Amino acid sequence: MRKLPKSFRLAMGIMLANVTLSASAQDPQTERDYQVPLPPAPSGDAVFQPPLESAIPDNQYGDMVRKGRDLFVDTQQLRGTHVFNEQNCSNCHLDAGRMANSAPMWAAFGMYPAYRGKNDKVNTLAERIQGCFTYSMNGIPPETGSESLVALETYFHWLATGAPVNQAMPGRGYAKLETPQGGYDPERGAQVYAEQCAVCHGSDGAGQKVGDRQVFPPLWGDGAYNWGAGMHRVNTAAAFIKANMPLGKPYSLSDEDAWDVAAFINSHERPQDPRRRGMESLEATDRTFHQHSGYYGDDVGGQRLGDHDNYGANPGSGD
Amino acid sequence: MNKRTRQLSSLLVIWGACASLPAWADAIQRGQAIAQQGNGQGAIACLSCHGPQGEGNAAGGFPRLAGLPAGYLSHQLRSYRDGTRQNPMMQPFALALTDEDIQAVSAYYASLEGEDVNLPTSYQAAAPENTAEWLAERGDWENTIPACNQCHGPNGQGVGDTFPPLAGQHASYLAAQLNAWRNGTRSNDPNGLMQGIAERLSEEQIGLITAYYATLPEQLSANAAAGQEETP
Ligand code: HEC
Ligand code: HEC
Ligand code: HEC
Ligand code: HEC
Repeated sequence: MRKLPKSFRLAMGIMLANVTLSASAQDPQTERDYQVPLPPAPSGDAVFQPPLESAIPDNQYGDMVRKGRDLFVDTQQLRGTHVFNEQNCSNCHLDAGRMANSAPMWAAFGMYPAYRGKNDKVNTLAERIQGCFTYSMNGIPPETGSESLVALETYFHWLATGAPVNQAMPGRGYAKLETPQGGYDPERGAQVYAEQCAVCHGSDGAGQKVGDRQVFPPLWGDGAYNWGAGMHRVNTAAAFIKANMPLGKPYSLSDEDAWDVAAFINSHERPQDPRRRGMESLEATDRTFHQHSGYYGDDVGGQRLGDHDNYGANPGSGD
Repeated sequence: MNKRTRQLSSLLVIWGACASLPAWADAIQRGQAIAQQGNGQGAIACLSCHGPQGEGNAAGGFPRLAGLPAGYLSHQLRSYRDGTRQNPMMQPFALALTDEDIQAVSAYYASLEGEDVNLPTSYQAAAPENTAEWLAERGDWENTIPACNQCHGPNGQGVGDTFPPLAGQHASYLAAQLNAWRNGTRSNDPNGLMQGIAERLSEEQIGLITAYYATLPEQLSANAAAGQEETP
């Protein structure tokens, strides 16, 4: 296990105290763990096939599977209670969480509970899901044991039918993409974005809606994932984009273009990192939680990213 | 804001940038004249094929134009002109239209009542046994085919100026377009977004999905009516 720097542990202690004091509904353990990237998946072709939806049984278990599937694809059902942006789980876990290299749920299910050195704790699947609510959905996670969480877990359980337990499978997570030799550059990324992405996600990054329905998800701004979400890391976004974007044209971008455009979208403002509520300053939040390839706390175009108290539509602890 | 007012307001924005509101109304009027009488420069009346209300004609393979977004229509007419969309029937007329004519007929057809005006946008789970509905809502990812509605919007009602509505369009015409991408006579889609998808569809999928979209508006209103009867 990697030894944690002292300053880090200190900051953790302070944060934990603050969170407890402010009686946040969010689980502090999940909060600290979420930033840890998934371990790399074993190499090889993703051969595992989740069952077909026509095979969902017609019984109470099956009803819960379907409920979980609906929540995963249409997470906006929970808008205003647990979700405070324009995202659905399936925006980042494609084909309703079935697609290999799009962090599929069948590959996740058997890997929890998992020990994480970073918070020195064994984390459950429920906590991992709650993390995606707090950050990717800029939300307030449903409580462990609540119907929403049970439904999601039941859906993942069903997707993982026949998968090994506690053994990583190829296709888990987003396939790692080596950092390009010459580094990456958001300015070059701006051009890739204009040519390849704006047609769907909009030149303002807000995506596009039809009526109330978000068709193309926002990539930055109030409707997007917040500053604590895994997707805001340049490496994670680059890996996702290479394998999944532009929609319908996977692996069509060069590695450089994927990194550059990931840097471009992630060097835009988005809702504040919710952990900032428990921290003294932007610097402290940056130092404690943002030791990775991201733009939080950085100066971009004369503006310091994350230097604001805009938490999007999230009202905070939920009281 | 409903879809229709959104389309109209985006039209207004386009027009607002170059001219005034009366000019926009003028364009619709000019467009109507071309649609009904031709432009006197070689483009005959569009209605002779596309119908008096722009409703098209299934047997002839003439597409419905009513209610399609103006930006999409003018892009198509320019594509016929520059040859990225080849069709012996339509190309000569497009070549006979000036830029101004194109703007005018596009504004006119966009202003007509389309099929897709009030299709629902809410999420509905797709039935796995309905192959066409599954393709529309969930795709065929094993063959790298996203769900059609991911780009063409809920119930295939279109998104903005770039992604045209499919719902209520004639099946014969829709199938002809998918085949046009497959045989290389249509290559005007932005970044080839549609090309690869058309190539990866099977003949069987093309038959099913085009029939599905052609009848979807009727199907949805039949479902809605049935639902109303059930709930007293
Ligand atoms: C904005 C994109 C985004 C959205 C939306 C999103 N996630 Fe995630 N999810 C991620 C990222 C990024 C990871 C971590 C991938 C990594 O570190 O390589 C992840 C990981 C996960 C994992 C762990 C996967 C594994 O193999 O261990 C689960 C479970 C999960 N998400 C569930 C959900 C659920 C449930 C929702 C909806 C409530 C959701 N996610 C919404 C981006 C997203
Ligand atoms: C044809 C339309 C289209 C194009 C072009 C496109 N995307 Fe997407 N993108 C989508 C859709 C749709 C989703 C959601 C996927 C889903 O729900 O299945 C998405 C999801 C994403 C996400 C997940 C994050 C989130 O917050 O939901 C990222 C990041 C992303 N796209 C980046 C890009 C980049 C970068 C490009 C250009 C290289 C690009 N996209 C091009 C349609 C598109
Ligand atoms: C002789 C019959 C005929 C006439 C007259 C005609 N069209 Fe067409 N039009 C067609 C056919 C056939 C197609 C489909 C061609 C193809 O497969 O690309 C078509 C396609 C189109 C399309 C593409 C629609 C889409 O959904 O992409 C537009 C726009 C169009 N016509 C506009 C016009 C206008 C404007 C006029 C009058 C100036 C006109 N047409 C006159 C036969 C005709
Ligand atoms: C990645 C985005 C994307 C997806 C997914 C997609 N399309 Fe398209 N489609 C487009 C675009 C963009 C156009 C307009 C091209 C143009 O401007 O010429 C288009 C046009 C079409 C047209 C021509 C319409 C007309 O009026 O001429 C048909 C037919 C069509 N698509 C069918 C489908 C079907 C069927 C599916 C699902 C199997 C599908 N599309 C999925 C992007 C997409």
